[in-house]
Amino acid sequence: MDVDGEKVVQIDRLCKIFKVGFWGRKVTAVDGLSLEVHRGEVFGFLGPNGAGKTTTIKMLMGLIYPSGGVASLFGRPVGDPSAKAKVGFLPEAPYFYAYLTSREFLRFYGHLFGFLGASLDKRINELLELVGMTHARDLQLRKFSKGMLQRVGIAQALINDPELVILDEPMSGLDPIGRKEVRDLILRLKESGKTVMFSSHILHDAELLCDRVAMIMKGRLVACGQVSDLINHGTTQEVEMVIDRLSPDGIEEIRPLATKLVLHGEQVMAVLASQRQVDEALDVLRAHKAKLISLIPHKASLEDLFIREAKGVQQATEVHA
Amino acid sequence: MKVLSIAVNTFRENLRDKLLYNLLIFALLMIGSSLILMRLTLGEFHRLILDIGLGSINFFGVLIAIFVGIGLVSKEIEKKTIYTIVSKPVARYQFLLGKYLGLSLTLLINTAIMAAGLLAVLSFQDVPIHAVLFKALGMIVLEFMVITAVALLFSTFSSATLSAILTLAIYVIGHLTKDLKAFGQKMEGVGRSVLEGMYYILPNLDRFNLKGNVTHQLDVPAGDLLMIAAYGMAYTAFLLTLASVIFQRRDFR
Ligand SMILES: Nc1ncnc2c1ncn2[C@@H]1O[C@H](COP(=O)(O)OP(=O)(O)OP(=O)(O)O)[C@@H](O)[C@H]1O
Ligand SMILES: [Mg+2]
Repeated sequence: MDVDGEKVVQIDRLCKIFKVGFWGRKVTAVDGLSLEVHRGEVFGFLGPNGAGKTTTIKMLMGLIYPSGGVASLFGRPVGDPSAKAKVGFLPEAPYFYAYLTSREFLRFYGHLFGFLGASLDKRINELLELVGMTHARDLQLRKFSKGMLQRVGIAQALINDPELVILDEPMSGLDPIGRKEVRDLILRLKESGKTVMFSSHILHDAELLCDRVAMIMKGRLVACGQVSDLINHGTTQEVEMVIDRLSPDGIEEIRPLATKLVLHGEQVMAVLASQRQVDEALDVLRAHKAKLISLIPHKASLEDLFIREAKGVQQATEVHA
Repeated sequence: MKVLSIAVNTFRENLRDKLLYNLLIFALLMIGSSLILMRLTLGEFHRLILDIGLGSINFFGVLIAIFVGIGLVSKEIEKKTIYTIVSKPVARYQFLLGKYLGLSLTLLINTAIMAAGLLAVLSFQDVPIHAVLFKALGMIVLEFMVITAVALLFSTFSSATLSAILTLAIYVIGHLTKDLKAFGQKMEGVGRSVLEGMYYILPNLDRFNLKGNVTHQLDVPAGDLLMIAAYGMAYTAFLLTLASVIFQRRDFR
């Protein structure tokens, strides 16, 4: 029971098959997905377009029913009102009651949690302040820009001071400043002990924010764990070396060391896969009296992992077909 | 509390719907235009003005019930506003009930406005106003509530357009159920059972129609009214329960 308390989100072999079109053609959106989100962590839910992120999140929020498997929030089956009371949710590309002002809108949502009166109004003002929308509090939502909608969307997700916040692409539609603000907001939520799960395509944001990430493709989990573990696993630290005035003999000596070699006028760009090769290349340089322009370690990122996994999934499907 | 907030929000949403005002203006014009018929003989004129007045209220109210009613749920799903409601601690049936009550309130107020228009015309023309007129208006509201529930039921599982067509069909057939039964009794075998089955399942909307009583100044006893009211409410409860069961099972996608 204690252990369960730490697992705020539990997904066990979750499946969702959509039937589309007149003939009910089956589309598998989520395919045996299992993962857990622990209390207090920021969890990134990553994957390419159509991977099944939104579908999974909708199942967690009880908007659609799984075709198989189970999901639970706070150890209770999804849809349980006492669990829902502790969750905040921002849907993908949110759209709200167009004719309400932000204040009316947040008040309505507060009422759905049974909040009333002055304390609710205070909370609303705080939230509008938090998402930087105080200036638009009496403006109808239909006059909002996409980013402004996203901001009040975040405000409504926080109206109940939730323990778990689930955000489906919280950064989409926001300008660089807005994105930074959302990042800061997520970190602030984490500081105050909340659990945050968010989906995103923007891997850079995930890298900056997340304690752990899950990467899914075609509805299946392809990687899950701490960002640092994931990106260092199986990748060698590549180095990009740019050299000036290397003699043709030197070039021929370097060629076998490099995984990639590009000649550009007087300059040579070589990609080297390991420290040993870097050392050997530097020896060649000295021997030929060439000039080193730059030596840039290519830091492995989530993006590399993402692209590698995407290729892997592609190949697997091709082999299958 | 949650149901009430959703109802109030729905009501507010309705108030900002242009369609509603257009229909209301048409209805008032219809009622007002009966003034032009003044040249007819006195007794008939009174009857006609009541007939047209109540008819307009009924017709336009049903239009509002159908065209606002079908959008109640389907628009929320289409625009995904429902995502943020259902993910809050709000049960799906509470959402439905709130929507239903919101529109009912709209219809009640609309009917009150149209009735005020009718009463103004009546007093302007010195037509005597009897208690049975108010009873008839009450029954009209009851019919709206049944129609709204029908529209809501259809919109929980079909598109807005299909819901409109189906609800309109129920409205028309609902006023012909007696004929259905009579027709069925002339038939044999399957046809007969189908028609009789429809007679029992479909709402008998003609029961709510007291226009004849009003024009002929025939009072309706309280006991009868009670029976009709009980029928309307039971039928509405049945429809809403069915709608909730269907709504509970569906995916919002
Ligand atoms: N309502 C639906 N009906 C049929 N198929 C659907 C539906 N919703 C999603 N799908 C399919 O399920 C798969 C996963 O979609 P989903 O929206 O979950 O992806 P996603 O990871 O959120 O993508 P994105 O990053 O573009 O938002 C896709 O192949 C999509 O075509
Ligand atoms: Mg998505």
